[in-house]
Order: sequence, then C-alpha cells, then structure tokens
Amino acid sequence: MRLIESRTTFVLTYAALAILLLITLFPIALLVLNSLKPATQIVQNPLAWPEVYRWDNFVRAWADARFGTTMLNSALLAALTIVLVCSTGSLTAYVLARRKIKSWKIVTFYLLATTTAPIQLFLFPLYFGFAKLGLINNVFAVSLIYTAIYSPFAIMLLRTYFLAVPKELEEAALIDGATHWQVFSKVMLPIVSPGILTVALIIGLYSWNEFLIATTFLQRTDRLTAVVSFFLLSGQYTSDWGEIMAAALIIVLPVIVLFIALQRRFIEGMAGGSVKG
Amino acid sequence: MHRLYLVPTLLINVVIIFIPAVLTIALAFYRWDGIGMPVFIGLANFRQLLTDRVFWMALGNNVIWTAIFLTVPIAMGLLAATMMLVARRGSAFFQVVYFLPMVIATAITARVWQGMIYSPLTGIAGLVTRAGFPVPNPLTQPSTALYGIAVVDLWHWWGFLCVIFFAALRQVPQEQIEAARIEGASFWQMLRYVLLPGIRPTITLMMIMTIIWSFLVFDFVYILTQGGPAFSSEVLSTLAYRSAFYDLAVGKAAAVAVVISLFGLATTAVYIRLQAKEFDQ
Repeated sequence: MRLIESRTTFVLTYAALAILLLITLFPIALLVLNSLKPATQIVQNPLAWPEVYRWDNFVRAWADARFGTTMLNSALLAALTIVLVCSTGSLTAYVLARRKIKSWKIVTFYLLATTTAPIQLFLFPLYFGFAKLGLINNVFAVSLIYTAIYSPFAIMLLRTYFLAVPKELEEAALIDGATHWQVFSKVMLPIVSPGILTVALIIGLYSWNEFLIATTFLQRTDRLTAVVSFFLLSGQYTSDWGEIMAAALIIVLPVIVLFIALQRRFIEGMAGGSVKG
Repeated sequence: MHRLYLVPTLLINVVIIFIPAVLTIALAFYRWDGIGMPVFIGLANFRQLLTDRVFWMALGNNVIWTAIFLTVPIAMGLLAATMMLVARRGSAFFQVVYFLPMVIATAITARVWQGMIYSPLTGIAGLVTRAGFPVPNPLTQPSTALYGIAVVDLWHWWGFLCVIFFAALRQVPQEQIEAARIEGASFWQMLRYVLLPGIRPTITLMMIMTIIWSFLVFDFVYILTQGGPAFSSEVLSTLAYRSAFYDLAVGKAAAVAVVISLFGLATTAVYIRLQAKEFDQ
C-alpha cells in the first residue's frame, strides 16, 4: 500500500522518522560511550570519543554495586515471579477464557480494576504488616507482591491464547476419558505454551526493572536487586559517571540483547496485553 | 471443580492488594506512625490536606502531567505511526528502536538523563553552557523541574504509544484508504478523515489509560528530584510515599492514596465500561 505518491512527502517522512530515531538513540549512545571513559574526560565533553578505553569502569562498577550478589537476587526474584505468575495465571486465564464458572465476569472485572489501583493504595499496610511478620528483605515475599501486581496483565494476555484453542479439542479429550485436570495440563497447556513463554519474558523484564517495591521491601545490602543497587551507587556512593554508566550498561545489556532477539514477542506481548486488558 | 483453579490467583490478590487496600481506606481516618496504636481522628487527615499547600501543588502537578501526556506523546505516537504507514519500508526497524526505551529500567533512564544530559558538569547542558550558551539544569529550577522530569518520561513512553497506534492503523480496511486515495486525498485529509476515525477506539483507550497512569507516576519523580526543589515537582504518589516512610504520617499518606484512587476510580469506571463491551462480543 502506498498512501501518498509525492516524492517530497516520501523524503520528508523518512527524514522525520530518522530524527525520531536519533532522539531515541541519543541517550542510549551517551550511556554506552561514557561507560568506557574516565570521569575526567566526561567532565570535559560527554560527546567525545574515549581517549582511552577504561574497561576497568566495569570492574569497579561490578564490585561497588555488588553485582555478584545483587544480580543473583534480581535473577532469583524474576524467576520466582515468573513461576508464580505463569502457574497461577494460566489456571485463572483458562477458567475465564472458557467461562467455566458463573462468576467469570465479576472475577474478570475485579482483576481489571486492580490493574488500575495505585500501588500506594495497598503499599503502606502491606509494608508495616510484612515488617511485623519479618518479611522485609525476603525475596519470596516480594515475588508474591509482583505476582499480585502483574497477574491481571498476564491473565488477560493468556486468556487470548486460550480463546484461540478450538473447543472441539477439549471435548474430544473429555470423550476419550480424560479428567478435567488432564484436559487442562495435558491438552491446553502445551498448546498455549508460546503464550506462556511471552508472558514469562515480559514478567521477567518487569521484575528485573522494577524499582518502587524493590527499594521499599529489600533494603539490606545483601538483599538489594541490581536496579536498586545501581540507584544507590549512582545516588550516594560515587560521582564517577564513567563507573555509573558502566553499571547501567551491565544491567541493560542483557535486556537489550534479549529484546532485539525476541522483539516480536516483547512488542506483541507488552503492547497487546495493555490494549486488550 | 474449576472454581479451585482461581484460588491461587485470588488468594495472592486478596492478601497483597484487597485487604491492604481496605486497611488503607480505614487508616485514612486514623493518625498512625506505623509503630504504635492508631488513633481514630475522623476526617482530620482530609481536612489537613485541604489546607496543605504541598498537597495542592502535588495535585496541580498531576493535572499538568495528565495534560502533557494526553497531548504530546499521543500526538507524537500518532504522527510517527502514520509516517511509518506511509514509509512502509523499514517500519519494523523503526518500531523496534522507538520501543527500546520501554525495556530500559526507569532508574537507569533517569540517571542517564540526569548525569549525561541535564547535568551542568558532566552532561550535554554543561557542554552547551561551556560553549557560551548557558543552559540551566531544569531539574534544579522550581519553575522547570516538573517539565524536566516529563521530558524524560516522554522519551521513555512515546514509542510504546507509537507501536500500539501503528498496530491499530494496519487494521484500517484497505478499501477505505484506496478509496480516499483515488478521490485525491492529501496526507492530512487521509489522516483526518480515514486513519484517525479508523483507530478511534484505540486512541480513546490509550487516553483513558494515560489519565489513570498520570495519577500513578512515581519512579521518575522520586529518582530525579524527590519532588523538589521546594516541592515544585511533587506529585500525589511521591507525597504519599514520603509522608508514610519519611515523616511516619501513615494516616496522611493513606488519605493521599485514597484521593489518588478516587481520581483513578472515576476514570476506571469509564475504562471498565469500554472493556465490558469488548467482553460481550
């Protein structure tokens, strides 16, 4: 499809798109460029090419942000959240998609409503309650919070995958003598596994990047997530922006590589999930 | 039997969100420091908010924020999405790059803008100043702090809208576009009379979500300015957070949270009605 024939419009369009491209890439380029520079050169000119490549920025960033520990915490937190969201979410999504219960509408609306609730509406009693129960600095407790927050989104996305499975498949399995549980676990789950993978990726990304809950509930030095540890490093520990950008790149690089490799999954999942629910 | 399948989701949801939310609403009528016994004080928290200058400033900032995000990123997203439709070649590539900021952690985006762009010492602003064109750091001026933060969030956010609008635009029936083209419609006429009406449901939904999200904005404000200088960039969510964890005025924080939720509730009502239509199909 060509909307417009005129060559000028065509050139102008590409020019505008390219400008937007530069605006998007400019801060990311600054991040990468300055992660390799000594602090003294950044002060002179953040745009200049590194005079010397300071690879030791990464070594110092890794040590000062305790990435050995904090990355592990982040990975554990993301893994727990993924498992919890995918297991509980697929059960719920199946029931809601197939309208297995009479109250499916109420449950759906309730879940949609919680996606629009501000975190502050439940944060304070939750924090003081967790404090009383000794659950502050507990990674599993935080993954439960993430699960509650991200589940509605995951359920709405998974629901569309369950809806796409033909009903006859389910009926055939039941006639062959499968139990309801077998229908769900042996027939439905394998078919919607691409959907579960998409949800896992996006939930993993969200919990890896999350800030507000992590900074509130995981405060002990050995329990920080990578992002919070980066936040503390850049806020109070150092003013060496070479080191700070190196720390940023360490956290962002795996995410960007994964995003580019699996772009369609990420984009369809994130954009589709929020449009449809 | 199938009812049991819902138990894990609902149990986690009720324990983490529902019960604490009810407690927050109750706490809004108490004075509590988070440690001792809460003292019932009726509407006093809300009455104090009414005379609190910072509260009104925060509320005003949320309204400004909503106005900015209802216009600028939606216009940018729509324009870029339409241009991608015109350009066609390379649209997959543009889409991925525009979406990229969405997958970068807010804490990192905030620090990159703070140190590499806004900083008078290590940023582009400093470089331009040293070249003889003084650029003040927007984050340290009360009159510009909120806008300085908004620019960072815009950079992070607009590409997401662009991708959503682009996906919607591709669903506009081919025949309509062809017909308009044969009639000799210009680019702007095409946009105004064919494309925009074609994706109106998506635009409406995104505007509703924008209003809801604008009252929840927290990360960038908290990381970039903590609501300062002199509360000039305070928003309701940072005010609530600070009240609870720094001033230990949990009752006041709960009251602010209730106010945020009331704004959300009105919008959510509209949102759920729209969703209901989709589910009934």
